[in-house]
Amino acid sequence: MIDNLFKRWVGDPALFLAVLLMTAFGVAMIYSAGVLNIPSPITEGAWIRQAQWAAIALVSFTIIRQIGPRWFEWVAVPAYVVSVLLLVATLIWGTGSGTAAGVRSFLDIGFLRFQPSEFAKLATILALARYLGTRPEDPTMLRALVPPAAIVGIPLVLVILQPDLGTALAFVGILFATLYWAGTPIGLLALLLTPGIGLVLSFDARIWAAFFVILVGALYFYRYRLFLVESLSVVLANLAAGTISTPLWNSLAEYQQNRILVYLDPSVDPRGAGYHVMQSMVAIGSGGPTGKGFTAGTQKRFDFLPEQHTDFIFSVIGEELGYLGIVLTLSLFAFILYRLVRMAEGEDDPFAGLVIFGIFGAWLVHIFVNTGMTVGMVPVTGIPLPFVSYGGTFLLMSWVAVAVAARLAGED
Amino acid sequence: MRVIHPHDRRRRATGALRVIAIVLSALALQFFRVQILQSNDYMLRSESNRLRPLPVAAPRGTIFDRNGRVIADNVPGYVIYVLRESQESTRQTLERLKPHLGLSDERIEILMGRYQRWEPLVVEIDADFDAVSVLEERREDFPGIVIETRPKRRYVAGSAVSHVLGYVNEITAEELSEPRFSEYEPGLLIGQGGVERQYEERLQGRRGVRYLEVDALGRIVGSITGIEEDPGQPGEDIRLTLDLDLMEWIHKIFPDSLNGAVVALDPADGGVLALYSAPTFDPNAFVGGLSPEEWDVLKLDPEKPLFNRTVMGLYPPGSTWKLAAAAIALERGAVGPQEEMPEPCTGGIVRGGLYRGCWLAEGHGYLDLAGAIANSCNVYFYQLGERVGLDPMLEEGIRIGFAEQCGIDLPEESSGIFPEGRDYWQRRFGYDPLEGEVLSLAIGQGPNSQTPLKVAQFYLALARDGSAPTPHLIEDPDPTEGWRLDVSAESIEVLREGMRGVTSPGGTAYFGTALEHWEVLGKTGSSQNAQDSIRAHAWFAGMAGQWGGEPEIVVVALVEFGESGSRMAAPLMAKTADFYLRKKYGIPIDTIQTLGEHYNRGRPAPWAR
Repeated sequence: MIDNLFKRWVGDPALFLAVLLMTAFGVAMIYSAGVLNIPSPITEGAWIRQAQWAAIALVSFTIIRQIGPRWFEWVAVPAYVVSVLLLVATLIWGTGSGTAAGVRSFLDIGFLRFQPSEFAKLATILALARYLGTRPEDPTMLRALVPPAAIVGIPLVLVILQPDLGTALAFVGILFATLYWAGTPIGLLALLLTPGIGLVLSFDARIWAAFFVILVGALYFYRYRLFLVESLSVVLANLAAGTISTPLWNSLAEYQQNRILVYLDPSVDPRGAGYHVMQSMVAIGSGGPTGKGFTAGTQKRFDFLPEQHTDFIFSVIGEELGYLGIVLTLSLFAFILYRLVRMAEGEDDPFAGLVIFGIFGAWLVHIFVNTGMTVGMVPVTGIPLPFVSYGGTFLLMSWVAVAVAARLAGED
Repeated sequence: MRVIHPHDRRRRATGALRVIAIVLSALALQFFRVQILQSNDYMLRSESNRLRPLPVAAPRGTIFDRNGRVIADNVPGYVIYVLRESQESTRQTLERLKPHLGLSDERIEILMGRYQRWEPLVVEIDADFDAVSVLEERREDFPGIVIETRPKRRYVAGSAVSHVLGYVNEITAEELSEPRFSEYEPGLLIGQGGVERQYEERLQGRRGVRYLEVDALGRIVGSITGIEEDPGQPGEDIRLTLDLDLMEWIHKIFPDSLNGAVVALDPADGGVLALYSAPTFDPNAFVGGLSPEEWDVLKLDPEKPLFNRTVMGLYPPGSTWKLAAAAIALERGAVGPQEEMPEPCTGGIVRGGLYRGCWLAEGHGYLDLAGAIANSCNVYFYQLGERVGLDPMLEEGIRIGFAEQCGIDLPEESSGIFPEGRDYWQRRFGYDPLEGEVLSLAIGQGPNSQTPLKVAQFYLALARDGSAPTPHLIEDPDPTEGWRLDVSAESIEVLREGMRGVTSPGGTAYFGTALEHWEVLGKTGSSQNAQDSIRAHAWFAGMAGQWGGEPEIVVVALVEFGESGSRMAAPLMAKTADFYLRKKYGIPIDTIQTLGEHYNRGRPAPWAR
């Protein structure tokens, strides 16, 4: 009886409990991140605010659980349009926050300060799911990928302009995950990625040339599966990527260039851009197998960690809870992702499955990029860790996403 | 609406689960590498990350004079460091400190040039107490500053000891690159010039270290406990042969407007009693660091106050060198102690078709060696030179070290200038030595320039048994023998008899040197110089002691452009010797000392002979 009530409230109990546990863990780690030898007003009370946001998130979760699943389909397009408008508004009236003061990612509407890009992620997922879910055929042709790419591309470009590279990467994750679930062949997804890969490889002309030759060979090999126009556009996109790489590089802000250079070799500039990565790795590495103990991290205590309650919260986990804590946290994330996949798998409704996979794609990117950057696997991008990093809008929208996923999955 | 076939869904879900597995395993693997495999490295770095070594300056050794009086010691001073995490924030802190410490923009640039991450930056090595109290009160406004007390050098006698002692100064970038100072670190005070430089390693001591715990912003969290602190090792105290009272006395009596040098040696062992160069500077001014303007004032002063005339200044020795010529003649047996020269002094002598005059136009007549010294008779010494001959004269002059340094324990000393052989003329002037060179040399002219210390060392031999130890400043139980005059005790007595003539009634320096209690012997000199054709440098070199006893102090006084050895330099020498001997024998000091002073002040001198 109680079991039933609980299930009606939360939808998928396993996912709900996992996410709740992660949120509680997050609040605890944010508390720990605020325990400094010289207290800072920014981090000290953050855990309280995060707990308040968690309460709001739970209420929102409960409310959204009551909404009929068809309503999400109906609201997808208006929500998408509104979110794009909000992103445009953010570019004009947006403000920065904390250390990222030069970035326009927050919108301040008097009583509320929020990040429209977080809202846009969910709206884009819904819009994309609605578009792909209503196609009569699987998107197996390259040209069939153009509208979905455009749906994601508009908010993605607006987010890049803020500039917020991390969130932009989440949009890429959304696109690829939903396309994959919609039945796009892996090879085609790979072709979609080629201009991006080419862009990176074009830093060395010879490597890029080799890549280009292999690409053209592959296109020739699959010539019967693709239209000539498609092959040509892939080739042209790659050529374009190869040629714009230098002007694009030059258009990057210095700190962005540095981040990429530092990713390639963290020791190039240990005092500047490489500093954060080095300090984070020192914190994590010095944590060892079992860590220095909750709130006892010295790197954190002495403020060597950058953004330790937001983007680098995982470093605090690594330092204080050790490899054990890292593995447990990653396992819990793995379980959350696993639950999403299983929920999508059990869903006949394509819209529901696509929405859940969009959420899956976004979170996978968030988790991989956020944790990867703390150990130098990925360049440093300001991207938060779902449920754990401090940040009201992100926590709320993550919970809303859980509610939406659970609501859609619960509809049989 | 199309439905995705369950079979497709299962396939795609399996693919997605593989992606999760791959991505999270890759992460777990990387974390394994960092946290398990490389954990030790990172633990070490995490430790060193938050510990900042802060140098603890060792007090510099105290310098004592021969009587145990302190010449240089330490008083508490304040050093201000800045310890911040980045260049920008360090600059910020410096800008905030600017009005409080009076930092100039150039000084900030210099300091920023020394900035090293993780290293405390020395901003001020001698902050005054008022500034320190302001900073202490408003600590929050100056993130990353560390105020440490550090012993600060003090020169008790100030200007009186400037040249001989040198001073301490912050080590320069050039010095840091020298192998001698390879162990030294920026911000350290090191000896510059004088005894401070000579005995730098002994005086310096070994700096210790203590650790500060800081956070990433360089804010000091506290001193670390549990980690061994190294208090360092104080510098060694040293004791000099100097007599500080005597140095102060000379500083007081040296004519204000004139430049020159006074050297006093102890005949017992060659220990330096006084080494005074005028004009002086205040070594205390250097302790907190000079501003570039202050430095320029000292550096560009035409009187060259930084120049130590006692060991660096080269002056033609003039007639004071006649004793060297006489000693050489005696060594070589060129003249007998009581022998008179065949040609009497008639005011001059003709050699090589050239008339060479004596300073006394009426002439001195027949003289023996002592008489010739007493009268400083050139005609006698021309003939003496002729008898010695050029080559033996040069040979002996070189042996006595007139072309060398004395080897005093000071970082800088000039070598004397004296021809080491006949080719000197060829090399220097482009011609072979003329007939008359030895005649010039014999009266202290020609290519011959000596430091006051070198002249003093020569007179030291005359005050002893002919042997001359190397003058030294450090109290040293076994003085090293420099050289020795190869002459009999009788010959030394003749030379002293000559000097006695100078200071006896009738001698040129009688009024300037006659003292109530002591016998003074000596020789005047006035050396023509290139800088001023009218005003010669005034010399007086001599010794003093109890009547009929051995000399107890050797003093050389040189007054640049002082014109007259007997009027300018001789009283300086006598007053120096008088002070030293009175102090030694417990006789009260009187500022009116020489017979000349008694006459001038109208004070009777019943003791005058």
